[in-house]
Amino acid sequence: MDLARTFQDLLYGLGVAASPPNLMVAVVGLLLGTAIGVLPGLGGTNGVALLLPLTFHLNPTAAIILLSSVYWGAIFGGAITSILFRIPGEPWSVATMFDGCPLAKQGKPGTALTAAFTSSFIGALVAIVLFTFFAPPLAEVALKFGPPENFAVLLLAFGTIAGLEGGDPVKALLMTFLGLLLATVGFDIVSGSPRMTFGSVSLQSGVNFIIIAIGLFGLGEILLSVEERLQIEGMRARLSFREVWETWKLFPRYVWTLLRSSLLGFWIGVLPGTGATPASFMSYGIARQFSRRGSRFGTGEVEGVIAPETAAHAAGIGALLPMVTLGIPGSPTAAVMLAGFFIWGLNPGPLLFQENREFVWGLIGSMYLGNVIGVLVVLTLVPAFAAIVRVPFAILAPLITILCSIGAYAVNNQVLDLWIMLGSGVAGYFFKKLGYPLAPLVVALVLGDMTEQAFRQSLIMGQGSPTIFFTRPIAAFFVVLAVLIFLLPFVRNLTRKVRGPAVPAEAPGAAGS
Amino acid sequence: MGLTRQGVLIVLVVCVVGLLASGALSAPAWQPNRPVEWTVPAGTGGGADQQARLMAPLIEKYRLSPQPFIPVNRPAGAGAQAFLWMIDKTGDPHTILITLDSLFATPAAQVLRKRDGSRFTWRDLTPIARLLLDHFVLWVHAESPYRTLDDFVRAAKAGPPGRLKMAGTGSKQEDEIIMVLLEQAWGAKFTYVPFPGGGAVAAALVGKQVDFTVNNPIEAVGHWEAGRVRPLAIFASERVRVGRWAEIPTMRELGYPIEYQMLRGIFGPPQMPAEAVAFYQEVFRRVLDTPEMADFIERGAYTKAYLTGREYVQWLERKDALVRSLMERAGWLVR
Repeated sequence: MDLARTFQDLLYGLGVAASPPNLMVAVVGLLLGTAIGVLPGLGGTNGVALLLPLTFHLNPTAAIILLSSVYWGAIFGGAITSILFRIPGEPWSVATMFDGCPLAKQGKPGTALTAAFTSSFIGALVAIVLFTFFAPPLAEVALKFGPPENFAVLLLAFGTIAGLEGGDPVKALLMTFLGLLLATVGFDIVSGSPRMTFGSVSLQSGVNFIIIAIGLFGLGEILLSVEERLQIEGMRARLSFREVWETWKLFPRYVWTLLRSSLLGFWIGVLPGTGATPASFMSYGIARQFSRRGSRFGTGEVEGVIAPETAAHAAGIGALLPMVTLGIPGSPTAAVMLAGFFIWGLNPGPLLFQENREFVWGLIGSMYLGNVIGVLVVLTLVPAFAAIVRVPFAILAPLITILCSIGAYAVNNQVLDLWIMLGSGVAGYFFKKLGYPLAPLVVALVLGDMTEQAFRQSLIMGQGSPTIFFTRPIAAFFVVLAVLIFLLPFVRNLTRKVRGPAVPAEAPGAAGS
Repeated sequence: MGLTRQGVLIVLVVCVVGLLASGALSAPAWQPNRPVEWTVPAGTGGGADQQARLMAPLIEKYRLSPQPFIPVNRPAGAGAQAFLWMIDKTGDPHTILITLDSLFATPAAQVLRKRDGSRFTWRDLTPIARLLLDHFVLWVHAESPYRTLDDFVRAAKAGPPGRLKMAGTGSKQEDEIIMVLLEQAWGAKFTYVPFPGGGAVAAALVGKQVDFTVNNPIEAVGHWEAGRVRPLAIFASERVRVGRWAEIPTMRELGYPIEYQMLRGIFGPPQMPAEAVAFYQEVFRRVLDTPEMADFIERGAYTKAYLTGREYVQWLERKDALVRSLMERAGWLVR
């Protein structure tokens, strides 16, 4: 690759993106996107789909800048409700909740929000640089990933998050199985028939994990708070920009986490058929295993916010790579953008890079500018968002309940989903009371569907033989890696015991729940 | 059901679009007085979705309707959710549906019950117009040894059963139906690997995960231009005489009279008022004549096939009979 040429193109792209009309379009898109990200259920995909008809009146470059800015805004905004109310604004911000919400409850919502926005921005930046210099060759590698490779990567994801939240391993396993069971509900594309829908057409769309997550975490939390003390301990929250600065000072400590999460997230995003949500969970799980403070994850560790947010935004950028280079969508949002290409009179496909320089490099340029503007916008809003936590619980609780309901309904426009949300809210309350961890259920639910599909596609390709996972080198590599990572905690426990019981055997991991 | 997912955004879209479209059109008998909800029975980014999202803004641009058309995806159950949604909208002149062949295949592969317990068929809906026919092309990788259909047929017959793998969209839908037709014509056996959408299917071929696909032209054209895939034959009654597409021989020419075309048509809910049907027929007739649609039709090798009224219904009956007989031959028909 000609480096000088790339720099020249990049400068050209930045120039296109920085022209006043394009800059204005980017700001509008970012604000809209942030609002869309804050509202649970109304995801970035829907936001982009709704704005698509409007882009007809713009030129293609302005149009893609608008839509991608909405996307970046939604990624930034998704973290806000996760951290403040335990309601995931977007699927990929579920993992942000695990440590973000405890931080907010400890009176540090500003720290959690700053960490989320800043790491999201860093993840984006690393991903954009990779995008700029290596887009076409990376797309070639991504094509080598078929169902067996995807399955192996998802297996790795399961490996990294096994034993999340600590506590009783039997209970965690039970919750994992419950999640996997729920994931099988719906229309099965492999057999072409509905499964476990009990005759309900509404259930054919499956049990949406965002609805379950809103119920389990958001509504469940309200029920617990009502019982416990009728207030969320947010009253002490400090609300100044000093907190932004204080949080930034923590960042150098997490260089490795940031770098690892960016690279991981970007690559998972590039692969068609995975996306930002598994990336965020994987990144959280890996950070938990590698961090010295791993056992404290889930109780309000800043690193537990940084890891998933970095990966989610990097994956969001990565998902656009196969769209631009090959005309293949890497995520549902990219699929909608791709539909826009026809409207704007562009031909998506491998020739786009050569035939539409202004468009491609304008998009890349706007990725840089859009994310810089985006992080500035959301950071200035940190004190305002954090102030929400100071609202008395008696006012906040009904508002959160309404937000949960709107979010659950908005996913599919189905009343049934409200009942599912309510049911999982009550279930979440009892699970929490009985010490059953919620994270394994949600993770199994979100990954279960993709994993099963990839597994069955692979077996069909291998004509029923599982050797296909070992005869293909990339798949074999990831399967072995997944098994090793799966065993890592056991090995660690073992070596600890062999070295002599300096601490009682039960002590590690007891910090959870 | 007042509140939809779009909430605020719809209002925004409506305002802007309303401004642009105001003062358009000399008044026909009936016109929509609120936004038209356009149900897409598939996910975002698929063929039906692309067409709806292309046509909706064209309707605004050429001021064909005083109110905007808003595509809404209802993808669950390979169309099941969307079809039953239309039944719930009986008599509503502001609801329309764009279809693909799942309209015939899904109710044949499963018993889809309406609220009154009777079985759903496409005859419950109000046919508005046939717009386009979408073709199917047999694609192999450009580096594969199969230069002609004969090469391919020989390989299919020679190898052990299931050696050649085909990627397709969903299961027991048009892609797999076509594969079964090929199997029966050649006495061969293929391995069918289902994927969630046409884009993923094309990527699987380009990435050499499978040996062939029957992707629609629009799904594979970018890869063809880049020289990564090779078309061997088209499942059409005659060659598509547009641009490079004319190079592709039909299956019939090559000695295998297998044809399959997918409906891209518009339906209304049951008992849609006749004036509303007339309004939509006029809108879509004029959309098809826009230069943007002409480009799209050429690039995707579609056959422009505008048809309404009795002839459309008769065509639908023939199409339904064909799909049902093919599904019966494949053993998927549920009575």
